[in-house]
Amino acid sequence: MSHTIFSLSRLSALLRKEFIQMRRDRVTFAMMLGVPLMLLILFGYAINNDPKRLPAALVATSNDHYTRAMVSALEMTGYYRFDHRVSSAEEAEALITKGDVAFVVTIPSDFARRVERGDNPQILIEADATDPSVASGAISTLGTVASQALLREQGDQAQAATMAASQLQVVVHRRYNPEGISQYNIVPGLLGVILQMTMVMMTAMALTRESERGTMENLLAMPASPVEIMLGKVLPYAAVGAVQVVVVLVAAKGLFGVPFFGSLPLLLSAIFVFVLALVLLGYSISTVARTQMQAMQLTFFFFLPSILLSGFMFPYRGMPDWAQTLGEILPLTHFLRIVRAVMLKGAAFPAIATEVAALFAFVLAFATLALLRFRRTLD
Amino acid sequence: MNVIDVRNLVKRFGDKTVVDHVSMQVGQGEIVGFLGPNGSGKTTTIRIMCGLLTPDEGEGEVLGYDLKTDSLKIKREVGYMTQKFSFYEDLTIAENLEFVARLYELKPVSKYVDDTLNDLGLTTRRNQLAGTLSGGWKQRLALAACIMHKPKLLLLDEPTAGVDPKARREFWDEIHRLARGGLTVLVSTHYMDEAERCHRICYISYGKILATGTVDDVIRNAGLTTYIVTGPGLNEVAERLQGAPGVDQVAPFGTTLHVVGSDRALLEKTLAAYKKEKAIKIELGETSLEDVFIQFMAESKDNMG
Repeated sequence: MSHTIFSLSRLSALLRKEFIQMRRDRVTFAMMLGVPLMLLILFGYAINNDPKRLPAALVATSNDHYTRAMVSALEMTGYYRFDHRVSSAEEAEALITKGDVAFVVTIPSDFARRVERGDNPQILIEADATDPSVASGAISTLGTVASQALLREQGDQAQAATMAASQLQVVVHRRYNPEGISQYNIVPGLLGVILQMTMVMMTAMALTRESERGTMENLLAMPASPVEIMLGKVLPYAAVGAVQVVVVLVAAKGLFGVPFFGSLPLLLSAIFVFVLALVLLGYSISTVARTQMQAMQLTFFFFLPSILLSGFMFPYRGMPDWAQTLGEILPLTHFLRIVRAVMLKGAAFPAIATEVAALFAFVLAFATLALLRFRRTLD
Repeated sequence: MNVIDVRNLVKRFGDKTVVDHVSMQVGQGEIVGFLGPNGSGKTTTIRIMCGLLTPDEGEGEVLGYDLKTDSLKIKREVGYMTQKFSFYEDLTIAENLEFVARLYELKPVSKYVDDTLNDLGLTTRRNQLAGTLSGGWKQRLALAACIMHKPKLLLLDEPTAGVDPKARREFWDEIHRLARGGLTVLVSTHYMDEAERCHRICYISYGKILATGTVDDVIRNAGLTTYIVTGPGLNEVAERLQGAPGVDQVAPFGTTLHVVGSDRALLEKTLAAYKKEKAIKIELGETSLEDVFIQFMAESKDNMG
């Protein structure tokens, strides 16, 4: 018997015990190893603050060699990927509102004539600046790229070329967020992130707490159906979510001066679907987790990718395709597109219909999972 | 019609058979004690009966409802009191009762709650958090909550663990009062005195029912002989008797020693040899229920490994 303050053997006994418990608790153990690995792989590769190959729409009515040269020069920078070639400004407008493209490049039909005449040729680049960092790299290279393209194209007509190139005007419109204020991007996004964090975690913990404290046994012995138990857990937290929404929206307006162009009822309806998806996700977690600790860990398992892959922190378009695909299966990704489109772009329902449909799909999937996983018995 | 009529129930967790072909019949108004060592399958059997677990094999009816298909109907008419206090500690006494009353759709809720609080004598403490109640009060609250919806069958899982003797006595008086009113009770316990207050007992060990009947039946059928040894140097006697031929149990009771064996002739022969050596007195005693249970526990093969 040792009466010293510190004993290595006592410490080793404690350590041994802790490691045994750790090993027994498979979920926790898997999370401890899995999460850092997953984060490292995902975010080490996915995050890119200088996104390239961003989807762009080209509005060009003529197909002369100057226009072609301009387009290929822009593509050569690596920033633009012309997925859409449209003939009218309206079509382009719809694409940028929906968020299908990050840029609209308009080359006017008289571009070639003006180049040859040396009469102030212009091209217009409209950038979706809701996320300022998306547009910055692409825009900063524009001027020189465009001038050089013209120089090359005009070849030995040296004098005219120099003149035209020097006169070329690249007109840039930073749409939706002309000053490039990041808060316009971050604050609406925060609405989604805060909801995601609290809704999922609170619901996940609430049901697990029942099992952990032994009250679940009593609850199951009393006449309550799985759907009742599920709704009984889900709805109170949905109500908490409603309060959070009000707080964030008021703060967005009052503290950050974020503009609100779209329809409030439309946004609230979308938020309702999003919150429903979140609490059902939390409920599904609680049918898997055995302890509140596990519930917490599983919540973070969803939370971190949601923050990093959804386009909240880093430009969604800047991620490689596989990371974008992962992002698509997170409810937050779709919600962020909705909230930014409605608040900053004034989008109406048709523009966000696919994103709302995606949220509904999550609601359905999580509800099914939750009901299937719910143990009506203690088996 | 029996209130409980289950046949050959089997429940396995992994490769362990926790309930092994258990059959049980309990008539209306009966108080049946469910006894057995820790981990013997008492709780699992009770959970099967109230629909909390589905049996892997076997069949049966509780209150005439099929165990496998009608568990929701069973839940409405059974009161189940869990081993651990499983009401909400962060809710007040009245809030807990209201919650239960609403789940069972008892109307009007406030009348049921007020009556129950009144019966409990907790009206003045209705706004106290349930978590701050003492063990005895928690148990009374749990029982009151379980019988608020007037169940026909009461399943109690070690209801008096950690409760003082006076509270236990009152608890059992209440159980008998309820049984006189036609309520059927199945109660698991470790206490011998509680077993003796039951109409009938059922002894389960490692998932198998080893004995069933009245206390006297069980003692008689065990076929044990008990001798009581008194005199000086009992410690030494106990040590030497341990494991001697015919001696199954040696247990000190105050200033006496209980020596129990199933082979009467062999036990008497061993004791007679001792009596010559030592100045001790040996006389025939009465076998107690506890002696029988210790014997059961020693005999049943340990499969919980």
